[in-house]
This record gives sequence, C-alpha cells and structure tokens, in this order.
Amino acid sequence: MPTLAPPGPAATRPPKKTALRADSTLGLLVKIVLLGLVDAFAVYVMITLFLQEKWLVLVFAAVVTVLINWVYLRRGGLPAKYLAPGIFFLVIFQVFVMIYSGYVAFTNYGDGHNSTKADAVNAIQLSAQQRVPDSPAYRVTILERDGVFHLLATEPDGTVSVGTTGEPLEEAEDAVTDGTGKGTELEGYRALQFGEVLANQADILAITVPFSDDPEDGSLKTGDGSNAYVYRPSLSYDEDTSTFTDLETGATYSDRGEGSFQSEDGEQLSTGWKINVGLDNFTKAFSDQNIRGPLLQVVLWTFTFAIVSVLSTFALGLFLANAFNLPDLRGKRIYRILMILPYAFPAFLAGLVWSGLLNPEFGFVNNTFFGGADIPWLTDPVLAKVSVLVVNLWLGFPYMFLVCTGALQSLPEEVNEAARMDGASAWRTFTAIKLPLLLVSVAPLLIASFAFNFNNFNVIYMLTDGGPRFDNTTANIGHTDILITMVYEIAFGTGVGRDYGLASALSIIIFIIVAVISAISFRQTKALEDING
Amino acid sequence: MTTFIDPQAVAPAPTPSGGSGSVPAQRKRSFGQWFRHKGWRHVVGVVTTVFAVFPLLYVLSAALNSNGTMAGSNALFTAFDGGNFEALFSDPTRPFGRWFMNTMVIGVVTSAATVFLGALAAYAFSRMRFTGRRVSLLSLLILQMFPQLLAVVAIFLLLNAITDVVPWLGLGSQLGLIMVYLGGALGVNTYLMYGFFNTVPKSLDEAARIDGASHVQVFFTIILPLVTPILAVVGLLAFIGLSSEFVIASVVLTDPESQTLAVGLYSYVAQQRSENWGVFAAGAVLAAVPVMALFLFLQKYITNGLVAGSVKG
Repeated sequence: MPTLAPPGPAATRPPKKTALRADSTLGLLVKIVLLGLVDAFAVYVMITLFLQEKWLVLVFAAVVTVLINWVYLRRGGLPAKYLAPGIFFLVIFQVFVMIYSGYVAFTNYGDGHNSTKADAVNAIQLSAQQRVPDSPAYRVTILERDGVFHLLATEPDGTVSVGTTGEPLEEAEDAVTDGTGKGTELEGYRALQFGEVLANQADILAITVPFSDDPEDGSLKTGDGSNAYVYRPSLSYDEDTSTFTDLETGATYSDRGEGSFQSEDGEQLSTGWKINVGLDNFTKAFSDQNIRGPLLQVVLWTFTFAIVSVLSTFALGLFLANAFNLPDLRGKRIYRILMILPYAFPAFLAGLVWSGLLNPEFGFVNNTFFGGADIPWLTDPVLAKVSVLVVNLWLGFPYMFLVCTGALQSLPEEVNEAARMDGASAWRTFTAIKLPLLLVSVAPLLIASFAFNFNNFNVIYMLTDGGPRFDNTTANIGHTDILITMVYEIAFGTGVGRDYGLASALSIIIFIIVAVISAISFRQTKALEDING
Repeated sequence: MTTFIDPQAVAPAPTPSGGSGSVPAQRKRSFGQWFRHKGWRHVVGVVTTVFAVFPLLYVLSAALNSNGTMAGSNALFTAFDGGNFEALFSDPTRPFGRWFMNTMVIGVVTSAATVFLGALAAYAFSRMRFTGRRVSLLSLLILQMFPQLLAVVAIFLLLNAITDVVPWLGLGSQLGLIMVYLGGALGVNTYLMYGFFNTVPKSLDEAARIDGASHVQVFFTIILPLVTPILAVVGLLAFIGLSSEFVIASVVLTDPESQTLAVGLYSYVAQQRSENWGVFAAGAVLAAVPVMALFLFLQKYITNGLVAGSVKG
C-alpha cells in the first residue's frame, strides 16, 4: 500500500479534475437539493437556538453548518466528501457523548439536580405553595386547547381571566358568562364536561396559574375543578443573600456550594441545581459504604462473567468443531443447523425465555428435569451466577463453533500430514500444532468476545435483572449485576433517585477498563502473530 | 483431532452385496471402530442438539398452547391452537403489531443508512490516498471498541437537550433513535467493507475513468454492484443487531405506541412473568422468526466474513 501511494495521486489527479467538470447536471442537481435541505434544517435549528438564547450551541451549530458547506462546495478534497456523513454521526453520537459522559461524571447531575440555580429557585417557589389563609374563592371552568388544560377563573369582583401553568393569568374580556357572572366559555377553547374533568383529575389538580411572572405574587390552584384559591410560596427568596426563608418557621436555607439550599442543621430543600463536584462521584464510588461494597463485588463478577463466558463458549465450540470436522460424517449439516439456532435467536428473548424455564415454581427445568424440586435457580446468589453462565454458554457456543470450524478448515492439510508422518498422536497434533495455529486467527475474536461479554447487558438484565439483590445497599443492585447493568440501574432505575453523575462516573471506569484491556490484548495478539509467523 | 481417514470406515457399510462368511465378525469389529471414529461424534451431536434446541421447542409449544400460564406450558406440545396469538394482537395497552412494525421500520431504515454511510467511507479509504487516512482507519478501529451503550446516560441527556430545540428528533422520537444508532454506522462495518472493496481490482475504475466516468459514477455503477454481497451482509448483520437492541431504545422510546419489540416484550414479562406466559411466548416466536430466518440464510457469509476478517487482523 505505501509503495503504491506516491504514484497514485499523481496519476489519478488530472483525470479526476476533468471528471469533476464533466459531472452530470443530474449529479449537480442532487447535490444542490441535498445541501439545500441540510442548510434549511440548519437555519431552522439556529433560529430556534437564537430564540432560546443558547449561544454556545448556536455557535457550534453554525460552525458545523459552515464546515459541511465548505466540504461539499469546494473543489477537491474528495475523500472528505465521502467521509463526512458517517463522521458527522460518529462525532456526535459516539465521540461527543463519550466526552459528555466524562463531563457529567464530574457533576451532581440527577434527580433534584437537573438544571441551573435560577431554575431551581423558580421551581422551589412554585412547588412550595401554600394556600393563603382566608383568601377568596375564584370560580373556575376548565378549558382545553391543543391538549393543554387552562383555568377560566372568575374573580370575586366579576373579572374573568384565563391562564395555565407557565402562562400568567390574563384578562379574557370576550368570555361568555352565565347568569351568575361566572365565565363558562371562551373562543378558541373548549370547555370540559364534568366527566372529562373527573377523567383528567391529576392533570387538572396540577395546574398552577401564576398571577404574574414573579412567583412571589402567588398563583391560583384548584382542588375540585370548580373553585380555585390563591396560593403563595411558603418560602421567600432573597436574591441579595441567595437564601430562602421559611415564612412560618423563620429557618433560612442558604447556598453552601453543594448545589442545593441547606439550613443550619443540614436540612436540604429537595430541588437543587447542577454544579461541578470534581471527583466526588469517584470518591463516592470507592468510599460510600452504600456503593463501595457492591461495586467491588460487581467489578469482580463482571470480570468473572466475561472470562468464564469466553472460555466456556470457546472450549465447547472448539470441541464441537473438532468433533464435526470430518468430511464424511452423516447428518453433519443437520447437527450444524440445529446447533446454530441459539445464536440466531435474539439475545434479549433468550434471557426472557430462560427466565421462564428456570422459574423455581412453575419453570420447565425444575418441573420436568428435577421432578418438581424447588431449586432457586435465579434467586440464590451462587445458582443465579451459574444460571447466567449456562444461559450465556447456550447463546455463545454456536458462534465459537462456527468460528472454530472455519479456522480449522483453513489450516493447511500438509501440517497435519507431516505431524502424522513424524508419528505424533492425534492429541499431540492438536495441542502442539493445530491449537497454536488456530489461536493466531481466533485470538482477536476471543478478545472481541471478551469485550462484548464485559458489557453483555441483555442476558443479565433479561434473565435475572441483576438479582438477587445485595443486602448491604439501598440501591437496586444484585449479585449478578455487571458494571453496565449497574450503570443503567443507577441512571434510570426505579429504586432510588436517578443519579446521572454517579452513573457516568461508573461508565468512565468501564471505558478505562475496556481501553486498557484492548491495548494489552492487541499487543499480545501481535506478539502471538510474531511468534508463529 | 484426528482427520485420520480409515478406508474401511469410509467405505459405505450398508447394503452388503454378495454373501461372505466373515461378514458378522467384520461388522462387530467395525462397530467398535465405527464408534471410536464416528459414533461418539453422533452422541456429542445429539446431546448438544438437545441442549441447543429444547428452549426453542419449549417457547414454540408454550406459544401454541392457549392454556396460558407458565406451569401449564411444561408439557410440551399437548395442545395446538392460536389463542395466544389472538390475545397478542387484541391487547390495546400492549400493541404488539405496532412494536413489530416499529422494529422493522427502525431496523430497515437504520441498516440501509448504515450500509450507505459505511460504503461511502469504505470507498474513500479503499480508493483514495489522503493525509490522515491511516490515522482515521486506526481511530475507527479503536472507537468501535467502545460500544455506544456505555454512553447511554450522555445519549439520554443529549436527546433531552435536543427535545427543547427540535422536538421531533428528541426523546420519544424514533427518528432520534435512528440518528443515535447511526453514530455506530462506521466502525466495524467500514472495516469489513474496506477489506472487500480492496478485492475489486483498481483497473476497473481506472478504465471507467478513462471512459469519462466521474468518481460518483464509478462508485454507484462500478463499485457498488460488485460489492453487493458485503453490502447485504453488513446490512443484515446490522438489522439483526438492531432488532435485539434494548438499552438505548428503552431509554429513548417511552410511549408504548412507539416502542420496539425488545422494549415492549420486556415490559410484557417484567411485571408478571408467569401469568402472561403463553401470550409472551407467542410474541417471542413472532419476533424471533424473521431474525432467525435471516440469520440462517446468512450463516455461511457470516462465518466466512468473520474468519476472513480475523485473519487479516
């Protein structure tokens, strides 16, 4: 390749230029239309970003758009034209998200820490609402427009106004009123029937109509769909000192640099904001009693699971490949097809199906093979691990069988014959000659298989869901959880609150482990090749 | 192991034509030999086949038995009826038909786009020489070590942010999910294709160039038709992989109407594994059949491709 390179460009460049000029008008047209569509979309995105005042993203979008146009409009730079579309997605959804994981790992992002401080202040003021004692009732009608419910409120003095969550109350002069002066209809809205109000109770109770943009002014909420009352924040915010004061108890909550408002005695307001916490997530992973113990067990099991899976599938696959590596064996094709079936069966379904087979009470395995015994295949820590390994063997051995068969058949026959001439036994021919040769071609696949099993989410999640759970932690993590399922559980699990920061920190740890393993193993593979080759 | 070929064992044993006094003795001996040489292989074959196949037979039997519960599914093939399949398609809270369609659409669109993006890149790497070529190839090889699901948290947060700007590309959108999947379009695929593209002689494109074809014409009319096998393999492999993808799909698609089979069927058994068992089994059979059919059809190419790739490193 390198030897061919120098004459290559020199020889092909001149015809390339003429070829470009000779591009058909159709090609040009397609190019203009496609680029036009991309640009139109880009402009739409940029306008939205401009309206939302997201300047950093706007600049980034503009740079990307200019770059795309430059790549396709300039003369030459042909490789970039072919590579750009794939690289565009690769950079955003593979490279950027990795970098972003790295960033999130250093924040406290998660439930209760989702946004900026200003948003948190707003949210606290809105959520900490209490009904103003002795405030008058506003008679309301529930309206609907575009699927959003609004309150049509008639003030005690007869003024009719409309509003909804996030849209302050606005006077509606042309509202239709009934005999008692209560607003009942408004043009452009649809008034809800009583039945509909009942059906949408939760949404209607959640409506909080502010009186103005300042949450301190209070808001209207309804408890029954017919009367609304004035609510005011029970916490008052002081911008100068950046503290909340509880209007009843007088306690103050201040920002102590931990992404939330805390009182003197350490009590926190539930809504906080996103801040950088440095290495806190990593230290938490390795020192917090609730995480450290489980994490170490999970790491250990992840390695055990991956290594045993590779070895067991490879051993069985190789054994079978040998057994069936006989040209005139009858029914070889049938065995082969039937044995490959598990590999063709979607992995997520395999986990679910086996979870039924191994069900202690009703499962096929206990009832048919063990005569109705109550063997806790999936709920005993040790048996669950064995079950996971067996199911993964079931899923993985056909692949190794195929690979080993292919590799065995590509071994030169002369080697074999030479060994036989020298009087080597079959076993010795296998261990001393075939296996080393086989390993050269199969080793990269074994490494890939290890990397795959290291993050083999589906089998674990579908079969045991990580269970049985550890006793020494409140998080929903268990004896068969591997790192990636633990990350998923911490980030999206239902047990405790979502903690994106900690989950990302753990993904970064996986990144590092995978990187180290691939680096080492690639070096090893090269060494192996050098020895043999 | 031995590929030692014993002429006696190879010779067809049945249809003994012509009586000979030593036949019984010969048979006896040849059975022992036959077993040492071949018989044990059949034992291994039968045992492994049973291990491989019984879970599949079990699902099939459970799907065809509308008795429905898990305990009732243990006697294999005692009843045959389509009750589970009817139940499967008549539950509006679990729209199996929609899940099936969603999986097909997402799978087909993504794998077609994957093939196209990969082929474009492979063409550039195989036919053009430019600075950064080796580095790019190496980066792709390294990047594909890190599966996208490792960054699932960041993907979720990114799509969450996109929802604010372009709602139809953000969380809950299938188009958004496809976009995320396309992040993995290069990588292994490009590598597989790059190897195959290199086997197409360069003299072909050069001849076309001399005849006045542009690089686009060479790509579409000369190269692509010659590499269709690898395009098909990559596309079908991508499709098979996508049809099993759970992690990212479960995070992105929240509305039952827009979910894929993996996410939907998981929710089917997640809560009450034993009661819905028959219906789940029916769903599993329908979900697995197309993928398995594709797979078996492809099986030959897959093994060849895998081993070829491994030898080239």
